[in-house]
Amino acid sequence: MSGTTGAAPTARRDPFGGGPSDPQGTRKTGRLGDRLFGGAARGAGLLVIAIVVLVGVFLLSRAVPALLDNRANFLTSTEWSVGGESQRFGIATMLWVTVASSVVAMVIAVPLGVSVALFITQYAPTWLARPAAGLVQLLAAVPSIVFGIWGAYVVGPYFEPVQNLLNSVLGWTPLFSDTTVSGSSTILFAGVVLAIMVLPIVTAMSGEIFAQTPTTHREGALALGATKWEMIRTTVLPFGKPGVISAAMLGLGRALGETVAVMIILSALADGTAWSWSLLNGGETFASKIANGAPEFTTPLQTGAYIAAGLVLFVLTFVVNAIARVVINRRKAFTE
Amino acid sequence: MAKRIDVKDLNVYYGAFKAVEDVTMTVEPRSVTAFIGPSGCGKSTFLRTLNRMHEVVPGGRVEGHVMLDDQDLYSPKVDPVAVRRTVGMVFQRPNPFPTMSIFDNVAAGLRLNGLRDKKRLAERVETSLRGAHLWNEVKDRLDKPGAGLSGGQQQRLCIARAIAVRPSVLLMDEPCSALDPISTQAIEDLIGTLKSDYTIVIVTHNMQQAARVSDRTAFFNLAATGRPGRLVEMDDTQKIFSNPTQRATEDYISGRFG
Repeated sequence: MSGTTGAAPTARRDPFGGGPSDPQGTRKTGRLGDRLFGGAARGAGLLVIAIVVLVGVFLLSRAVPALLDNRANFLTSTEWSVGGESQRFGIATMLWVTVASSVVAMVIAVPLGVSVALFITQYAPTWLARPAAGLVQLLAAVPSIVFGIWGAYVVGPYFEPVQNLLNSVLGWTPLFSDTTVSGSSTILFAGVVLAIMVLPIVTAMSGEIFAQTPTTHREGALALGATKWEMIRTTVLPFGKPGVISAAMLGLGRALGETVAVMIILSALADGTAWSWSLLNGGETFASKIANGAPEFTTPLQTGAYIAAGLVLFVLTFVVNAIARVVINRRKAFTE
Repeated sequence: MAKRIDVKDLNVYYGAFKAVEDVTMTVEPRSVTAFIGPSGCGKSTFLRTLNRMHEVVPGGRVEGHVMLDDQDLYSPKVDPVAVRRTVGMVFQRPNPFPTMSIFDNVAAGLRLNGLRDKKRLAERVETSLRGAHLWNEVKDRLDKPGAGLSGGQQQRLCIARAIAVRPSVLLMDEPCSALDPISTQAIEDLIGTLKSDYTIVIVTHNMQQAARVSDRTAFFNLAATGRPGRLVEMDDTQKIFSNPTQRATEDYISGRFG
């Protein structure tokens, strides 16, 4: 292959995509420095794997006794009464609220982040691009509790009319039907605030890869008579697609696990509230449920119920990442 | 289909820097015109003004006129995008779109022009690949990535992509400089057949190549580093390489340059 794609990140050896671990054969002939550094690197790698495995083992060992003791169906029940003689708990509501709020966040943040990244890397003049990129990065530095308070008390009141409009126009669909929750303490609004929180990740990662589109590709498209947007569509976007997918998945990971902001915004529902698919409903995500339940961590079985919920969140993020990997790998033949 | 190019008093700038000065020349249709000259003399820069690719670089602008038959490419009414659909270009490094298959690479320009009909697309892709002497090598793997081809094949794929939209002029910016001698030979043969349909302008560092493929040759030079490049002499290739008018041309082609 010519060197035109030499600058492409995909041309580098992808540490997470496997490959020979010792291509130069340094292990056999290595000098002391090589061996020390190699050992340290290998140790660090093993440590990370060990930590992930241990977390999984810990979650399982604590969750299993509680699950065995559970009188309700863990996956489909909407109940949550822990403590006392017989525990009844299920994650159906939490799973829905977590996934729904995160999906809302991604639906807003990915197109917005990709657009901002395209503007910064392709359209903005240099004097504007740098400050704009810096500003987006600054968003990432805002602590999530600030987003929570700002969302709940500053933006929320302005968002209420939007929700009312959605409810009156689209109220006939399950997603925007009437609920008992008033104000902006809804899944939809939590998703909006989550979108703002993941925007910097999506923008920064997409922008980074868009900027690396080789000039030869861009000029190739322009020389065929592509307009700027057509050039972006035929070269920049396909080139950046794996980066956008990883950015979206990283963002989704953060949205799924976000705790404090969601806790402040969402209003928890009373136990036994009827099931609703509405995004204008309240509820609790895995993370906010566990955080809210912290005072109840009294007996091992009771704590185990929350840990079981945490285990599901753990598996959920794992699945999200695995899907991202598969999507990226499938496109590999066309990007190298 | 092939069109004549008339350049009048063209100055080319990068911001405040004047890169090429005062070029006037005529490029005949259905012929191959070669631009030769030392590195930095502005021949590639000048080539890129013929399809308004020069403006893609920030600060790039020109003064003067480039006429394609009767149309001034730099008239305010002319859209640079439309110019590039009429004047195709092949670059120094083969640059097939890496995310696209061989078929889609050739079809890219056609799709930009709004051709959607599957059957007609397939026909045009085949004609273009045959025209680029590549069809027999790729006909069984049109759905494979274009980036998987060898360098010479990639360059012929880029030529197929450029001629698929049936341009009037084909510009080639050192199309063989990244290729081995056999691939170079293939491209040179191809240029020989393409010139019956197109006006071809080729920039080359290889004087033998200019002598082999071109009918007319233009020699560019610059007086000193930091000064703009100029067109020193343009004539029949035969004449330039046997009996040039200018001393500088003779020095360059005989290797006594600098």
